[in-house]
Amino acid sequence: MTTVSWLTARGLFGRRRFLLLFPLPLLLVALAVVANSAGVDPGQWGGPVLANLGLAVVLPVVALVVGTGALGSEIDDGTVVHLLTKPLPRWQIILPKLAVASGVTALTAALPLFVAGVLADSVGLGLALAAAALLGAVVYSALFLALSLVTRRPVLLGLVYVLIWEGLLNSMVAGTRVLSVQQYVVTITDRLAPTSLLKPTVGVSTALVMSLLIVVGFTTLAVRRLRSFSLAGETS
Amino acid sequence: MSVVELDGVSRWYGNVVAVNDITMSLGAGVTGLLGPNGAGKTTLLHMMAGFLAPSRGTVTIGGTTTWGNPSIYRHLGLVSEREAVHTFLTGYEFVLASAKLHRLPDTAVAARRALELVEMTEAQDRQIGTYSKGMRQRTRVAAALVHDPQVLLLDEPFNGMDPRQRLHMMELLHRLGEAGRTVLFSSHILEEVEQVSGIVQVVVAGRLAASGDFRTIRRLMTNRPHVFAVQSSDDRRLAVALIGEPSVTGVEIDKNGLTVRTGDYGSFTRALPRIALAQGVRIHRLLPSDESLESVFSYLVEA
Repeated sequence: MTTVSWLTARGLFGRRRFLLLFPLPLLLVALAVVANSAGVDPGQWGGPVLANLGLAVVLPVVALVVGTGALGSEIDDGTVVHLLTKPLPRWQIILPKLAVASGVTALTAALPLFVAGVLADSVGLGLALAAAALLGAVVYSALFLALSLVTRRPVLLGLVYVLIWEGLLNSMVAGTRVLSVQQYVVTITDRLAPTSLLKPTVGVSTALVMSLLIVVGFTTLAVRRLRSFSLAGETS
Repeated sequence: MSVVELDGVSRWYGNVVAVNDITMSLGAGVTGLLGPNGAGKTTLLHMMAGFLAPSRGTVTIGGTTTWGNPSIYRHLGLVSEREAVHTFLTGYEFVLASAKLHRLPDTAVAARRALELVEMTEAQDRQIGTYSKGMRQRTRVAAALVHDPQVLLLDEPFNGMDPRQRLHMMELLHRLGEAGRTVLFSSHILEEVEQVSGIVQVVVAGRLAASGDFRTIRRLMTNRPHVFAVQSSDDRRLAVALIGEPSVTGVEIDKNGLTVRTGDYGSFTRALPRIALAQGVRIHRLLPSDESLESVFSYLVEA
């Protein structure tokens, strides 16, 4: 584990905002458990809980909290200076941070998705959801990490993407789905474990190619932005 | 040898000029960067530390441009003004992380040596969150010194420190300068600069207003006229007695009390209580009315 990733992980778990991670995944598991033990038909609750809550809310929101926290919190409180005053090429700061953010997001979101998937359908669906969530975690993290270097309000902008673009526009304008990480995750899950509970709207190759493009593009952007990172004085 | 070089450096934000055509070179020893708040000291330091691109001119350390060049941090340590520390780490972990990020050959030894230098060995295993402001600052200095850099830049290192911590930090900077390092620290307080460094660079409104030996600049400062506002139980009686005092160059009286001009700060402030006592006058208020830094600095600029 590199020092950068160690510091990032300590930073994520050492801040109070870390607690924000837990309510949503817990809600997801709780709903699945309640629905399952009440004997409700999985065809009734599986779609809403897995897709509308799990993939549309839990995964992106967890990724947002972690992804913007991995670097954004350090920029906010000034500790980023500690990292930047080191003779490190900037990609050696961004890549470990991306790895930690993806890993923490994947763990936090994939586990409850796996449980909910098992309860709704089968172990196969649970595994497919977890695997797709891992991919989604990497893509979202790259996006939100770069966002914290592009804007001073990464959380707000991230929420706009998740809620307005993926949540609202995707259901009304079909063309926007090509640029929706959520749709990629749905597609991959459905490909790994075909199920009637999810309704994929983009092709598998589109999902994979776009995921790759987003990860590479936004990571490159983050490295470039960090290279020309400016500190503003108190008075300026 | 001159290590840090600024050549015709300007920096502007939109229409606001923060730093205006500054040329200076810093060699070994401690240099004070003095100026009122908002004079552009931090902007200047950030450009030296590679955290801001100059709008015009060049900033180099050991001949290498600082902007966009992380390799300069091999020779540079920065202690920024914002009290930014990972409060969840212990002092030792924090400095050790610095050593590791620098890829030093023996990180543990380097971290311990740096902590010893700032005398933080005793508290090194406590979380930084439990430290006092002075201890945090010293730990930050240790982290900035862990790779034994030739150049150390500190932005307002004495801010918020109590007198004892201040003295401690001053001694440390002194030692570093004597060991041949180039140390630059910014401050808006004259006395701090006087006690630590022989050489000062005075920045006012983004320009280099004065540069050189502190004693010369200090003499300019103490010899300037001072103005005091005085209120007492009997202003007129006090005015009569004061005008007989050699250090007083003028007294004005109005309904708000006295305005006293003096050419000699020290003699006047020693004479006033003596005169008041002799005259049986009680002083209610004594305010130096032109002691704002801006007035001191603008006097310097005119001189």
